[in-house]
Amino acid sequence: MPQFDVVIIGAGMSGLAAGIRAKMLGHENVAIVERHTIAGGLNSYYQRGKRQFDVGLHALTNFARLGEKNRPLLKICKQLRIPYDRLQLKEQRFSSIQFPFGEINFTNNKQDLITSVERLFPDEIRGLHGLIEYLSQFNETDLERPFISTRQELTHFFNNQNLIEMLLWPLLIYGSACEDDMDFGQFAIMFKAIYQEGFARPLGGVRTIIDLLLERFKMLGGEIFFKKEVKALHHDNQSCIQSLEFKDGETWQATMIFSSVGQNETWQLTKKNNALAPIGRMSFTEAIFVFDSLTAAQSPTIAFYSGHASAQYHRPEMLFDKESAVICFPNNYTDCEYKETVVRITHPANYDLWKNLSPQAYRKEKENVKEAGLALLSKNYGVDATRLLFHDVFTPLTVERYTGHQAGAVYGSPHKIKNGATPFSNLFLIGTDQGFLGVVGALLSGISMANLYLFKPTSHQMQVPNEL
Amino acid sequence: MTQVQVRDAVLAIIADIAMDQDVTGLNDELALREQLDLDSMDFLDIVMELKKRHKIDVPQEDYTKLATLKSCVDYLTPKFKQ
Repeated sequence: MPQFDVVIIGAGMSGLAAGIRAKMLGHENVAIVERHTIAGGLNSYYQRGKRQFDVGLHALTNFARLGEKNRPLLKICKQLRIPYDRLQLKEQRFSSIQFPFGEINFTNNKQDLITSVERLFPDEIRGLHGLIEYLSQFNETDLERPFISTRQELTHFFNNQNLIEMLLWPLLIYGSACEDDMDFGQFAIMFKAIYQEGFARPLGGVRTIIDLLLERFKMLGGEIFFKKEVKALHHDNQSCIQSLEFKDGETWQATMIFSSVGQNETWQLTKKNNALAPIGRMSFTEAIFVFDSLTAAQSPTIAFYSGHASAQYHRPEMLFDKESAVICFPNNYTDCEYKETVVRITHPANYDLWKNLSPQAYRKEKENVKEAGLALLSKNYGVDATRLLFHDVFTPLTVERYTGHQAGAVYGSPHKIKNGATPFSNLFLIGTDQGFLGVVGALLSGISMANLYLFKPTSHQMQVPNEL
Repeated sequence: MTQVQVRDAVLAIIADIAMDQDVTGLNDELALREQLDLDSMDFLDIVMELKKRHKIDVPQEDYTKLATLKSCVDYLTPKFKQ
């Protein structure tokens, strides 16, 4: 039976980062097992004809410039020993929060958000400064703090509910596993990541990051196995996992196991029930469009659009909510030359309704997602639908099929296990259900959990202070 | 190893960890954290590299001895000799 010191389930961002750290921390036989044929997990890519499309990643958050201090992105580069320059980051032009009563724009210069808020909500500017000051002192990575309602917390700073809705909207849709609210710790992380540090994109998209991680992992002597899906984690009712059984019939032994497949999904592999972890209810449709010209050159890099007067971040009562959307222009970054315009439009969607459609109705409804996207682009940016060269549509079922997240819940279960611990002494959670989200969050998740459980040069357990 | 050699060995480790930063011209008396963008996870890596490259154990209660280049040299030189 093959034996490994460390086995990591899933070659997504958290798995690759954990694998690299496991090797760097001196573990001999480290394997990553991945059920797909390519790496990336939630943030991956696919090819259609000559074009390559990112899935998951709209943008890399936490933009940082070399030389800045205490930046999560630079910490990741340092921990993984990946030179910053190799990310080839291109900065966003600007992003926009659009509600019926106005727009707030922000860039990678944190002052721009303040200026934009002041224009729309002059009476709230003291509150915004108060919030920023409060967040700068707030320890958002405390792994022990219970859930605090962000909606509740923000009423201490702002009187105008419209501003609360606008500030919440991008952060909810970019990473809340709960409906209509988020944990204040998560809010603090994302406020800094998005409004204060900002967006960038690696030249070549998410594949650039994935290839760097793969190269680093292999160079350190790690092994990666594609098309290798775990069928069960056997424990014989002991307190540790004894072996991993794969769908191809093999069985392995591993001293330590890290699972990035999700909390319920991991429990299922152990054949245990977990009443604590409800399945996430938030899923999405996404339409990808390619137009034959630069039809929306003045557009933002990312628009967080709401046709509703408040942030409607919950499972909609219809198949998808066309009045709530993220409109992403993934090649609209500085210093990027393209001949075509690519747009990705994401809407909150109802998994159960999609699940219950007949194959015929399913195809028809996908067409409706396409039409709604084109209508929104025409209305907001004057994009001419006759210039469309290519399109593709994902539904919550597509998300479920490719990510393995139950009910297509991209952000996983609302119940997070921040210290990664499970009832088994040698099994730990990393990735989405550990609680750090996005590409940067997932990388930090893999790094911090590996550091916490795999550091071994001294006899005592190393407590990694949660500074990240 | 002389103190100068120990200093070079420590600096080589720091240079590899803080790969995007300039580690020349560091003030030996000032905290490394003040001069470089290093956090507790990076100090953990320094401990790990000392073990890997030089078979030196730094127990957790001595981590504070790694605060400055000078304190590193003072603390590690006897250990390099063992």
